[in-house]
Amino acid sequence: MDITQSHSAPTPQALKIAKVQRIQDFLFYVITQFFALSVLIALMGILISLLINAWPALHTFGPGFFFSQDWDVVKGEFGGLIAIYGTIATSLIALVIAVPLSFGIALFLTELCPSYLRRPLGTAVELLAAVPSIIYGMFGLFIFAPLFAEYIQPALAGTLGKIPGFGILFSGAFNGIGILCAGLILAMMILPFIASVMRDVFEIVPPVLKESAYGIGCTTWEVVKNVVLPYTKAGVIGGIMLGLGRALGETMAVTFVIGNAHRLSASLFSPGTSIASTLANEFGEAEAGNHLSSLFALGLALFIITFVVLACAKWMLINMEKKQGLKT
Amino acid sequence: MNNISNIDQSLFAKRKRANKIGLTLSMGAMLLGMVFLFWILGVLLFKGLSAIDLNLFIHNTPAPGSEGGGLANAIVGSLMIVASCTLISTPIGVLAGLYLSEYGDRSKVAAVTRFVTDIMLSAPSIVIGLFVYALVVAQVRHFSGWAGTIALALIAIPVVVRTTENMLRLVPGSLREAAYALGTPKWKVAYKVTLRAAKSGVMTGILLALARVSGETAPLLFTALNNQFFSTNMNAPMANLPVVIFQFAMSPYDNWVDLAWGGALLITFTVLGLNILARVVFREKVQG
Amino acid sequence: MSNMKTMFDLNRIDSHGGTVDNTNQQSGQAPINALEVRNLNFYYGSFQGLKDINLDIEQGKVTAFIGPSGCGKSTLLRTLNRMYDLYPGQRAEGTINFYGQNILEPGQDLNLLRSRIGMVFQKPTPFPMSIYENIAFGARLYEKLSRSEMDERVEWALNKAALWNEAKDKLNQSGLSLSGGQQQRLCIARAVAVKPSVILLDEPTSALDPISTGKIEELINELKTEYTIAIVTHNMQQAARVSDYTAYMYLGVLVEYGKTDEIFIKPQRKETEDYITGRFG
Repeated sequence: MDITQSHSAPTPQALKIAKVQRIQDFLFYVITQFFALSVLIALMGILISLLINAWPALHTFGPGFFFSQDWDVVKGEFGGLIAIYGTIATSLIALVIAVPLSFGIALFLTELCPSYLRRPLGTAVELLAAVPSIIYGMFGLFIFAPLFAEYIQPALAGTLGKIPGFGILFSGAFNGIGILCAGLILAMMILPFIASVMRDVFEIVPPVLKESAYGIGCTTWEVVKNVVLPYTKAGVIGGIMLGLGRALGETMAVTFVIGNAHRLSASLFSPGTSIASTLANEFGEAEAGNHLSSLFALGLALFIITFVVLACAKWMLINMEKKQGLKT
Repeated sequence: MNNISNIDQSLFAKRKRANKIGLTLSMGAMLLGMVFLFWILGVLLFKGLSAIDLNLFIHNTPAPGSEGGGLANAIVGSLMIVASCTLISTPIGVLAGLYLSEYGDRSKVAAVTRFVTDIMLSAPSIVIGLFVYALVVAQVRHFSGWAGTIALALIAIPVVVRTTENMLRLVPGSLREAAYALGTPKWKVAYKVTLRAAKSGVMTGILLALARVSGETAPLLFTALNNQFFSTNMNAPMANLPVVIFQFAMSPYDNWVDLAWGGALLITFTVLGLNILARVVFREKVQG
Repeated sequence: MSNMKTMFDLNRIDSHGGTVDNTNQQSGQAPINALEVRNLNFYYGSFQGLKDINLDIEQGKVTAFIGPSGCGKSTLLRTLNRMYDLYPGQRAEGTINFYGQNILEPGQDLNLLRSRIGMVFQKPTPFPMSIYENIAFGARLYEKLSRSEMDERVEWALNKAALWNEAKDKLNQSGLSLSGGQQQRLCIARAVAVKPSVILLDEPTSALDPISTGKIEELINELKTEYTIAIVTHNMQQAARVSDYTAYMYLGVLVEYGKTDEIFIKPQRKETEDYITGRFG
């Protein structure tokens, strides 16, 4: 038996097939890389397209655009301050309320929850995060805002509104819809999202770390405060910033209840507008020219702000993962 | 061992109190979250169910001021837009995910792409709508279902890319090595072995992307716009549920508001149903 | 000591003056080497995993690599089909001649090479497909077989792996539905179906129970009539049972290499003797 000749050399057919395969491998590499890069290309495209379309307004109004309170469609004078204020105010309110609540939910799910409830409740939180934002908007407009106007706003005005200085935030008519209401609905919307991220982050803590703390007699609260939180610090901050990024860009939940008025007021009860809701309401009928261009400028501002926040969030989360790799 | 006199009782009591407060607050937060979940879903069911009947699926959206009507054109329109979005975003997303997992360990380009993809996951969807408006609608000077599809695809693709990559990375290296050891070329290893092993995870990602875009309103506002009549022409403005809900909900007409609730219920059911389906598919993979 | 050695040498010379063993060769014919390793050095980044290895793998024989954990035996095995090429930072220097052709030369089609030198791994890795497809997958790579030819090939391969009787009624079921030992035999059938010249086995039975291990050792004995086999094993008894030649490695160095009988009965190096007698390792 001569293994040598029959087995070691590849057949001519095999050689041909191998050549075709080399070409196929190359094509596969090129095609998959192209599609992977398409995300980068899309990002560049978005930035460029927004810049091009926003340019007329930016050129006309200059950088002062972002600090101007004007918004006169008839006279063609526009400024971004009102919308930017609305975006930032509603997002901050949403964060102030959602972050502690999310933290509480994440704590509950990881430390307190009996194990048979853990999965259903965790799933419930994630499903809540999946509910489309327009639902939150409708809920806000039809159910929450009237209740807000009838019970919560008077209560706030009666308590916090009486504090000198600070109380101005809670002055004005009880319309229900407005900046504060929008902030609250937004809080409801980002709450499950941040809670999920925080829970995922808390679950990464190695059980041995927590056990050694319990082992020396720490209470659950102390374990969380002194072991879990420091360990997951970057991840928690990253999760919060992710929530902020979502809140900044949210359209539907806010548009229904923010009041859509181009008005700047010290009171949180007053109606206002955010960048996203301005776009939602006015883009459809805006005429080409300064109006449309100003809307693009607002969109550009929103995109850049959100991008920066999300990039920082992502960076913090990557750092936490790296630290994980070092520690485990 | 009754002698515990060296323990500072007041300190211990304080710690116990802090613990109790913290945990009670935590439980309170969970309860609050659950209350909201059930409240919102309850309201949705209550107001939406009354609008759901056969008419909803048979009649088209009513003109302002007219009675009755349904959501047939919007439902069909949404189905068409979402379906075509899935058809586009699935291959692009899966192939991009394949690149990131099979070639992406060493390359800086891959790291940047991953970073950007994650950011695009949470990018404001209304800005995506603006972009597609400028890119497509303004160029051809009319709104279209295709523009809506493209806008939704830009939102879905990052989701598919990331889940595909993560699922592919879970496939053990030993499986890939076994395929290479037979002389399999790289593309076949990736496509016929690795991807196949990760199949249900990848499908989960596609379902989740589908669920996500089914509920998106903002990207469709200036791309597909809306259409009062029934149409299957993707080249023209296309009726779709989210935009119809947006228009109808804020309107003064009662039947419009009712229809909005009905549509909202339909969308929520679809989105939640797809999410649950995705979980079931994924769990089967983990067990099987 | 030297007396014993002489006595042993005398025993090896038979009445005709030729050497005793080697059923596959006629006396006087030089052994053909499927693989010849010359001056092989291997690096994981800056760490050197193999130091100046020189070794022949004789055609039609089973060569075992033994040694304590971390000695480099798996590393050596994986250079033979250039499996390390999948991982950047790992590199080999030296020469490995596969029937005269240096496989370490750049510009090789590694896929073709691996279709000639197959490998079975420690952990059974059936593909997520049916049993039939698992085997057909490899066979399809470089051959165009008709449906009936493929059926034959699948049956042949499963027979070679002593799995046909157990699998013939469930060819369409997933490969994952088999037990651990069966899965490993499926992997062997898969490797055999491609009809390579050399089969590399990387601790093929360490993850299996004793009965499956026994079956696979029988398989190796049968396969060696048609294939050249190199096997890495941490089980010395296994090496003694199945192999014709044994290479003992320690810390990346090939300490001793020779006929299995000699190595186990009378190793030439003290380190080898220490390992084999269990003094360490």
